[in-house]
Amino acid sequence: MRDLLRRRRMWRRRPELKPRYDVVILGGGSHGLATAYYLRRLGITDVAVLEKSYIGSGAAGRNTTILRSNYKTPEGARFYDASVKLYEGLGAELGYNLLFSQCGHLTLAHSDRAMFVMANRAEVNRLQGIDSRLIGPDEIRELVPTMYVGPDTTYPIHGALYHPPGGIIRHDAVVWAFARGADEGGAEIHPYTEVTGMEREGDRIVAVQTNRGRVAAGVVVNCTAGWSTLLCDMAGVRLPITTHVLQACVTEPVKPFLDVVIVSSQMHVYLSQSDRGEFVMGSEIEPWTTYRTRNTLNFLQDLARHALELFPQLEHARLLRAWAGLCDLTPDYSPILGRTELENFHVSAGWGTYGFKAAPIVGRTMAELVATGCTPDLIAPFSLERFYEDRLVSELAAAAVSH
Amino acid sequence: MSFLLTCPNCGPREVTDFAFGGEVTARPAGRPDRRELNAYVYFRDNVAGVQREWWLHRSGCRQWFLAERDTRTNAVAWTARPEEAPAAGGDRAA
Repeated sequence: MRDLLRRRRMWRRRPELKPRYDVVILGGGSHGLATAYYLRRLGITDVAVLEKSYIGSGAAGRNTTILRSNYKTPEGARFYDASVKLYEGLGAELGYNLLFSQCGHLTLAHSDRAMFVMANRAEVNRLQGIDSRLIGPDEIRELVPTMYVGPDTTYPIHGALYHPPGGIIRHDAVVWAFARGADEGGAEIHPYTEVTGMEREGDRIVAVQTNRGRVAAGVVVNCTAGWSTLLCDMAGVRLPITTHVLQACVTEPVKPFLDVVIVSSQMHVYLSQSDRGEFVMGSEIEPWTTYRTRNTLNFLQDLARHALELFPQLEHARLLRAWAGLCDLTPDYSPILGRTELENFHVSAGWGTYGFKAAPIVGRTMAELVATGCTPDLIAPFSLERFYEDRLVSELAAAAVSH
Repeated sequence: MSFLLTCPNCGPREVTDFAFGGEVTARPAGRPDRRELNAYVYFRDNVAGVQREWWLHRSGCRQWFLAERDTRTNAVAWTARPEEAPAAGGDRAA
């Protein structure tokens, strides 16, 4: 009992920055902290994670916690599948309850065209050994008896892509558990430490300037999502990224009546019911670029309308909160992972609306890249260089909710 | 909150009336090689600050026009038809 009430820090406070670290990670979100954690497993512990706000304050704390791997390209499906598999063992490995429920994931199809694309995705997924198949309205009714399937709806439901291993997880817990794991290994976590500049000598970054002083670095890894362009700018690396705002909201808790994740691209909505009974709902990104994380009324109106078409039971549910986060979007809706044209400056960027589900595999592959200097096969297709060579990995049909 | 944009023809309208055309980019001079062309097509400044950008009044007069907007606040400094826009000052060459 005493142990339950004792205040314990998840990671140590570090009053001072050291003058030099072997690895400096920019961004204390799920990707930065996962990278620090997997570096520890490879024996690299002279690591600093610099975060300009509090840990998990960006996209890691603002996503809608959905995990899945039913992507459109073989490269993408393989990559996200490795991530879901790591997530499956993560709670046990980190000794932390991440409240992961693999409740299944349904992507609704409202047209023949959508059915064709889903069938295509299911085939790509199955070739990668991923459980994913097309189902019809009858099976949808069986899986989600509480959802209104029609037929007299604005967007009749023709079928769905069913992905049983998909689900939801507690996002904050993932961040904290990775932070604790990294901290136990000796990595230093520095919140409220904003990078203001970088010192470059030839093809190397030798140090980063922060609001708390200068830090020399052996390797720098940029994991700053929506702010990636600004940090890469300091290093003199250009990115094919635009920053947009994505919004989400949550209702007050209601009795549990939905135990799968529901996504509809055509209705621009995805929703799930959390363990507390709240409906967590999100929509598409705003088409214009911005760094301002404010909600819009249009978002709430559209989302409410579409959510109610699927779940008229929510008519009287009230919203608890709405929030917004930044998304770093690439032209092909696939991430940018690995090396840049600089020798010791790596990026994990371009995550759009699908960064959180990739956190563990990003951490593992980026740590491997830092430790060995070789790009792991799994992330080779996602190099920054692909845009210069026009070798895109198009996830347009499967990554963004709006396509 | 979302914001208002002033169409040079129709006046102030909600941003949902418009389609965003992205930041103004500089076309490569002469005959670009493949790398230069791809850099022009895909890479963006994506500034956190004042940005000159293209908009289309999709649900109105369907005119393309220019605007200068601060991406940190979404405050729009001006909008204008392309031929009437103030000379580009802070634009960075691609």
